[in-house]
Amino acid sequence: MNEPLYQVIIGLEVHVQLKTESKLFCRCSTDFGQPPNTQTCPVCIGMPGSLPVMNEKAFQLAVKTAIALDCEIPEFTKWDRKNYYYPDLPKGYQISQFDLPMSCRGSLHIEDPEGAFEPKDVRITRAHLEEDAGKSMHDEVAGKADSSIDLNRTGTPLLEIVSEPDLRSAAEARAYLSELKLLLTYLDVSDCNMQEGSLRVDANINLHLESPDGTVATPIVEVKNMNSFRAVERALIYEAGRQWDVWQETGQKLGDVPKQTRGWDDQAQITRGQRHKEESSDYRYFPEPDLVPVRVSAEEVAAIRTNIGELPAAIRERLVADHDISSYTSEVLVNQGRGVVDYFVQVAESCGDGKLAGNWVQQEVLRTLKEQETQIEAFPVASSELADLLGLVQRGELDSSRGKEVFVEMVQSGKSATQVMQEKGMESVDEDEVIQLCQALLEENPQVVADVQGGKQQAVGALVGKAKQQNSNINPGSVRQILLDLIQKMS
Amino acid sequence: MSSIHTRATDWLKQLESGTCTSAEITQLYLDQIDRHDGTIQAFLHVDHEAALEQARDIDKRRQAGKPVGRLGGLPVAVKDILCSLDQPTTCGSKQLEHFQPPYDATVVARLKQEDAVLIGRTNMDEFAMGSSTENSAFQLTRNPWDVERIPGGSSGGAAACVAAAMAPLSIGTDTGGSIRQPAALCGVSGMKPTYGRVSRYGLVAFASSLDQVGPLASNAEDLALLMEVLAGHDPLDSTSAPVDVPSYTATVQQPLEGLRVGWIPEQFRSGLDPEIEAATQEALDVYRSLGASVQEVALPHARYGIATYYIIAPCEASGNLARYDGVHYGYRTDEQSMLAELREQQLAAATPTDVESPLVRMYRKTRSEGFGSEVKRRIMLGTYALSKGYYDAYYLKAQKVRRLIRDDYDQAFQKVDILLGPVTASPAFRIAEKTDDPLAMYLEDLYTVTANLAGIAGISIPCGFTSESLPIGLQLQASPFQEEKLLRASYMYQAATDWHSRRPDLT
Amino acid sequence: MSLSRQDVEKISLLARLQLTEEELTVMTDQLSQIVQYVDQLSELDTENVEPMAHAAELSNVFAPDQSRPSLDREDALRNAPKRDDQYYRVPAVLGD
Repeated sequence: MNEPLYQVIIGLEVHVQLKTESKLFCRCSTDFGQPPNTQTCPVCIGMPGSLPVMNEKAFQLAVKTAIALDCEIPEFTKWDRKNYYYPDLPKGYQISQFDLPMSCRGSLHIEDPEGAFEPKDVRITRAHLEEDAGKSMHDEVAGKADSSIDLNRTGTPLLEIVSEPDLRSAAEARAYLSELKLLLTYLDVSDCNMQEGSLRVDANINLHLESPDGTVATPIVEVKNMNSFRAVERALIYEAGRQWDVWQETGQKLGDVPKQTRGWDDQAQITRGQRHKEESSDYRYFPEPDLVPVRVSAEEVAAIRTNIGELPAAIRERLVADHDISSYTSEVLVNQGRGVVDYFVQVAESCGDGKLAGNWVQQEVLRTLKEQETQIEAFPVASSELADLLGLVQRGELDSSRGKEVFVEMVQSGKSATQVMQEKGMESVDEDEVIQLCQALLEENPQVVADVQGGKQQAVGALVGKAKQQNSNINPGSVRQILLDLIQKMS
Repeated sequence: MSSIHTRATDWLKQLESGTCTSAEITQLYLDQIDRHDGTIQAFLHVDHEAALEQARDIDKRRQAGKPVGRLGGLPVAVKDILCSLDQPTTCGSKQLEHFQPPYDATVVARLKQEDAVLIGRTNMDEFAMGSSTENSAFQLTRNPWDVERIPGGSSGGAAACVAAAMAPLSIGTDTGGSIRQPAALCGVSGMKPTYGRVSRYGLVAFASSLDQVGPLASNAEDLALLMEVLAGHDPLDSTSAPVDVPSYTATVQQPLEGLRVGWIPEQFRSGLDPEIEAATQEALDVYRSLGASVQEVALPHARYGIATYYIIAPCEASGNLARYDGVHYGYRTDEQSMLAELREQQLAAATPTDVESPLVRMYRKTRSEGFGSEVKRRIMLGTYALSKGYYDAYYLKAQKVRRLIRDDYDQAFQKVDILLGPVTASPAFRIAEKTDDPLAMYLEDLYTVTANLAGIAGISIPCGFTSESLPIGLQLQASPFQEEKLLRASYMYQAATDWHSRRPDLT
Repeated sequence: MSLSRQDVEKISLLARLQLTEEELTVMTDQLSQIVQYVDQLSELDTENVEPMAHAAELSNVFAPDQSRPSLDREDALRNAPKRDDQYYRVPAVLGD
């Protein structure tokens, strides 16, 4: 087995838009998709004389998220000005957090059930609260190059979550993002919609490799403009390869050249170097004089931690432990959100067979939800009704494929399993009847008996078919077993 | 009808008794403006018709027996740094020459709510940076006591208009002395409230942790009236103090029993004009005669006030003025000529990509054309002090010394109720006398900056004249939220003296 | 501590100002003087002193998360030096 040529070192910076009604420092709405420049006010436009006032809910959501990420919440936190010039940054500075952020030193556990990487805790350096900038769009109009600025988004609350460079592959990076998004969704702190920009990802990536002089690090590259988790994965794979090529060509090490920024081009599937900045970033951070600090007591933190509710990782484990389903199924269910999880648990508890419930919810229910583009909350089959159906299947009164037919009918009509069966003329079959039927068949088909006794078990299949013809309600699986048992008793 | 030198509080009585109307009073002051502002140039903007309309409106309501606000139709001049809905708010700068905010500053809203007649917008040093009002981009304001001299700054227009009786009341702002110093040089009374006492929402920011809005008038009683209207918590300003506002007008006339006055010997060292020193000592005697006890007090770190201030203020200003970039409001350089110039440079350049982008060029030209030299100097200073590697040595260091300055005051106010001292080291200087020497100009703020740094309250009241008939101001300082004490102590002094009643000869 | 002409040029870019050659000379001189003056703070021992970033001892000032009507677009854009129906307009923003 060959040694890998290099080790990939990745850190991710995720910006999450917090789910508040109004902006971080003013009371403009945060509604997405409104006409340009219709959601601004003197504060978020940065008009002369305007002043910021902190949105209480934004801060609370930020603390809740940080606690869920196992971060430390310092007793004292403050805001700072990050000074730079850009047309979508009307004040000429962003109110952010520099040296005393509201949280630090957390972690997020990632695992891959398929074993693409070893389970690990990805350390989180910090999570801090800052305001978003507006949008600038480039226009080519009649030969002139102009940009249009829309400030609707300016001032929206963002939680910036920075990981340590603990990720070692694009797959790990993707898993980190999925798990983070799942957590944020469970906490209900963000819509986490990359298309709408409520979740954004930047990556820092470089390589560690062996050289005759020992382990060498290549220059770090910041990769931006990745608009989906898949894009992140692809960009990182591409970038690692590109950096390897650059290393072989130039031998440049970390510190030899300034940090580069590259943008992912999803069309061309490559990264491109971005325009050389006018000067290296000197943000001249200083404490924001217009905002006062925030003090968070240990009691408040403890209270939030107590009330935070069950988080995805814990739920996954609980489902496996309590309901005997596979990690894979558990993961699928948890990924669908609390609603589906609760639904599954109700079904599993009612019918007493977690595995069966798991299969049905994972397959039939989720598929139906997807086809109909609905949410579990609007699903026409109540958990108790599905449990009833599964009970019938468990007891052999309904075989699996018939069960699915009934299910489809239940979805369409909203009726219970028994109602549907009645209407379709399906009946549950008395076990004694089935045994009688089987005995009769065996008597009529002595050749089959002989074949089976001679070792050809599959010969019994023909009888199963006949049995079904005589009574469409029988469960082929149980008939087969009954026939075999009877034949055995005969010998 | 009473003269234009009538106190605002007396005007109110006459308005309430129906002896005169707001329209009459407003017309009186508008006439004075017409007569003298051609020379004095205190106002940047006066709209006669609009002012009279406001006045007539208020008169109508009064006559109909409807409730009328606490300022009941009194003319108030406002420094052109406070946003006023749809009114030009220029801050004395080309950057905002045509800016009309879509909102009112909280203090402006309060003035309107209490039925002030907003008679005009006063001239100022550009973005409140200066001590002479010579940094205004638009006009030079002259000291009514000697038109060859400056009125002080940055609220020079606000002080001059009261001194020249063009308005009975005005609103200024004070970041390093910008109300107290022009008040002293113009022979009027002016107060810088405790930081957080008055809302900064709508006050165009110069140095956020130092700026305060405050009143100017000819006497302490009128200041009390204005303070009642201006002061109070504002949910739109995070730094605004949730502290109740006492009824200043109810107590201002009550003398302070057992008043302990402190003075700082170090302030009376060489460099202080001997006539100012004499007047200040006389003022101390007046307080003694009124029954106050007097003792020496030290503020050991006050001598570092200017250095501390001229780090912190420019640093904050460099952040606050970054928004003037020609993108969303305000001045923008002429794009055509900018692009043409850029194109030429690109053609001539060895490496065309080294030439800056049109956007950066637009920012640089806009700001360089829009700002005057003092503003540029302070932005540069602040940018330097905050830049990589210098933060600890300058900004952080200054904030620590600031703490020491505040601690000095806290200790002093354990022993005394009021600190008494000079406002400036010299009286009003001649126009252009200090424009070539920025540092000399900065030293104008010697006695005033420490109050801003510490966040405490300070007031300047007239206490004499030089042999050249130039006003001398007396500064009183008190610990946070003790404006009542300052107003009462000032009233006491003004009841025993008449410096504040003197008026310049404007002919 | 005095500033070099080069220092001042760099600062002018950071501050988005553009100085003429003459202004650069004068500014270098003036800034150096001022910086020299403020350097006197280094005389003081402030090792154990808490910096005072705010003049008021306030903390935990919040506003409830309730949205309020924004400015009409016209009112928002009215003071813009260059605009169209819906947007502020600036020379091309290239790069990221």
